[in-house]
Amino acid sequence: MTGRLAAALFGAIMNIPERPMRWAQNRLRDGRLGWLFVAPNLAVFAIFTFLPILIDFYYAGTGGTALLPSERPWIGGENFASLLDCQNYLDPNSCARDQFWHGVWNTLGFVTLQVSLMLLFSLLTALVLNREIIGRSFFRAVFFYPVLLSPVVVALIWKWILQRDGLLNAGMLGLGADPVNWLLDARWAFGWTVFVSIWAHMGFYTLILLAGLQAIPADIYEAAAMDAAPAGRVFRRITLPLLMPSLVVVLVLGLIRAVQIFDEVYVLTGGGPGTATTYLVQFIYNTGFASQVRQYGLAAAASLLLAGVLLILTLVQLRGMRAKGDARG
Amino acid sequence: MRVGKIARTLTATRGRNHWDWTDWASYLYLCLGVLVMFGPVLWLGLSSLKSPTGLIEFPPSLLPTEPIRVAVPGYPAPLPLYRVTKGEHAGQTLAEIRRIGLQATMVDPVVPGTTIRVPVEDRAKVTRVHVAWDNYTDLLGKFAFGRYLWNSVFITVVATIITLLVNSMAAFALSKYHFPGREPIFLMMLATLMIPPTIILVPNYLIAATLGLTDNPWGVIWPAVATPTGVFLLRQYMLTLPDDLLEAARMDNASEWRIYWRIVLPLSAPALAVLAIFSVMWRWNEFLWPMVVLSRGESFTLPLALNSFQGELTTQWNYLLAMTIVTLIPVTVIFALLQRYITQGIASAGVK
Repeated sequence: MTGRLAAALFGAIMNIPERPMRWAQNRLRDGRLGWLFVAPNLAVFAIFTFLPILIDFYYAGTGGTALLPSERPWIGGENFASLLDCQNYLDPNSCARDQFWHGVWNTLGFVTLQVSLMLLFSLLTALVLNREIIGRSFFRAVFFYPVLLSPVVVALIWKWILQRDGLLNAGMLGLGADPVNWLLDARWAFGWTVFVSIWAHMGFYTLILLAGLQAIPADIYEAAAMDAAPAGRVFRRITLPLLMPSLVVVLVLGLIRAVQIFDEVYVLTGGGPGTATTYLVQFIYNTGFASQVRQYGLAAAASLLLAGVLLILTLVQLRGMRAKGDARG
Repeated sequence: MRVGKIARTLTATRGRNHWDWTDWASYLYLCLGVLVMFGPVLWLGLSSLKSPTGLIEFPPSLLPTEPIRVAVPGYPAPLPLYRVTKGEHAGQTLAEIRRIGLQATMVDPVVPGTTIRVPVEDRAKVTRVHVAWDNYTDLLGKFAFGRYLWNSVFITVVATIITLLVNSMAAFALSKYHFPGREPIFLMMLATLMIPPTIILVPNYLIAATLGLTDNPWGVIWPAVATPTGVFLLRQYMLTLPDDLLEAARMDNASEWRIYWRIVLPLSAPALAVLAIFSVMWRWNEFLWPMVVLSRGESFTLPLALNSFQGELTTQWNYLLAMTIVTLIPVTVIFALLQRYITQGIASAGVK
C-alpha cells in the first residue's frame, strides 16, 4: 500500500519537468539536451567548489575581520609572509604564527606515524583475511565497522575508555600499574590521536588491499608451490610486487586523508593539551571560525598552503594509478 | 570461487588437515582484532545502560548493576545489603545502617534486634543487574534531543534524494549523449575530487552566508549534493546499459526526460543503491562543515549536539553515552543489512 503510494508520488513528481523538458528537446539538437541534464550538478559544483577556490585566492590577499570581500582591505602577500615568518623553522615558538607551525610539525609527525602504522596493520590484516579463515566475512566486517562510525562517535567511544576513571585505567590498576591521565599528557595524547585514527580508518584500507590480494592470479601461487618455494620468498617475490599498485593507492589515499585530520581529534582532545595535538586543519578552523577575531584571510592563506601539499600528493596518486593500470595491462 | 582457490592453494603447501603455527597466529590476531575493534563499541553500549552512580564506580563493573536494598523493620529507609567476606560473620548477608570511618554498623535483616560492627574492607556490596533505560527515555524530554534527531534525519534523507536525482541526471547525459563539451565537463567534475572541502571552508561559509543558508539545514545539504564519486559511479554503470532500449522508447515517441526516469533510472537501481548507502553514511556522520555553517543550538545535527554536550555536560555521561549509541544505531543497522554491498562497492570503486 505505502509502496504503491510512494511510486505514485514519485511518478507525479518526476512528471513535473516533462513539458518544459519536451519543449527544450524540440529546440536543442545533437544531444545538446545533455547540457540541461548536467546543469544542476554543474551549478552546484560552480557555486560550492569552483567559485570558493577563486574566493580563497582573493581572501588570502586581504586582511581585517569582515566577511564580505568588498569590505576587506587588500594587503597582498602579507598573510603568506606572516605565516612563513620564522627565525627558525624547526622551532614554532620563534615564528610570528607559532600556532601555524605547531600545526605543521604536529601534522608532519602525525602523518608519518599514522600512515606507516596504518599501512602495516592494514597489510597484516589483509594478509590474514586472505587465508582460508573460518568466518572470514565476520572478521572482515568487524575490522571494517569503525570506518562507518561518525568521527564524533569514534572520539567519544575512546574518550570514555581513556578518561581518568575509564576502562583502560581500571586495567592498568588491575595489572598493578599506576593510572595515567592519557589525554592530558602531551605525549600520550599525541599517541592516542594516532591510534584512534588508525582504529577508525584501517578497515577501509584493509578492504582495498584484500581486493588487491584476491586479484593476484592463483596459478602464480600454484607454480611457486610446484617449485616448493619457501613462504617468505613467495611473499617477497610474488605477493609484494603484485600488490604494489594497491599499496601505492593506499599509501597516497592515506596520506591525503591524514594531512586533513580534524574531526576525531577535535572531539577527543580539542587540540590539547596545549598545542600537542593541534593539527593543520584545526589551525584553519580556529583561525577562521573558533576565535574571537575571525581572521578569514589568514585561514584562507593557510588553506591554500595545505591545498598545495594536497595537489602534490594527488599528482603522485595519479601517477600511481597509471602504474596500477599498466601493471594490470 | 577464485578466492577459495587461492586460499586452498596457499594452505595446500602447508598440509590441508593439520594446523601449523601460522593458523594459530592468524586466529589469535583476528580474535585480538575483534576485541580491539568491536570491544570499545560494546563497552560504550554496556556503559550507556548504567545509572549515574554505576558510571562513576571505579574500577567499573562489566554489566550495569545497582546495589540491592532491603527494608528492615525499625529503619525508615531501605538499607543496602553487603556480604561479609571475613571475620566471625563471614558468609552472612547484612544490611548497613551507617558507616563511620573504616567500621560499618550493620544489622541482619532477619534478626533486626542486634547490631553488628564489621570492618569495611571485610565485606562486598551485593548488587544485581539493573538496566537504566531512563538514560534513553529521558533523552526525548531533555536537551531537545528529538530536534537534533529530526535535523539529522531531515538532512540525511533530503540530501540523499537530491544527490541521487542530480547525480543520476548528470551521469545519464554523460553516458548516453554525445554533445559538444561532454568530455571537458566530465573531466572538470572529476577534478573536483582534488579539492577537499577543508580547503574551501572559509569561502564556502561566505557563500552560504550570502545565500542566507547559515543556521539552515539547506546550508548543510546544498554544498555536497553534487559528488564527483556519485557521477562517476553512476556513469560507469549507465555505460553498460544497452542503447537499443533507449532507441526503442524513442520509437514509441517517449520524451528524453521520460526515458531518463522511466527506463534508465530503474535499470540503474544497483548503482543508485550503492550511492544512496554512501550518501546516507556521509551525511549522517558529517561534522566539520555543519559545525561551521550551523551555530545555533536548535539547528544542530546529532554529531554537533554530541560535540557540544561533551564539552558542557561532563557530569552527565549517562545521557551522552545513550545519545552516542542512538547516533551509531542507524549506521550499524544499515551495515548489518547491507554489509556485502558496502564492502563490494568500496572494493570496486575505491570510494569512501
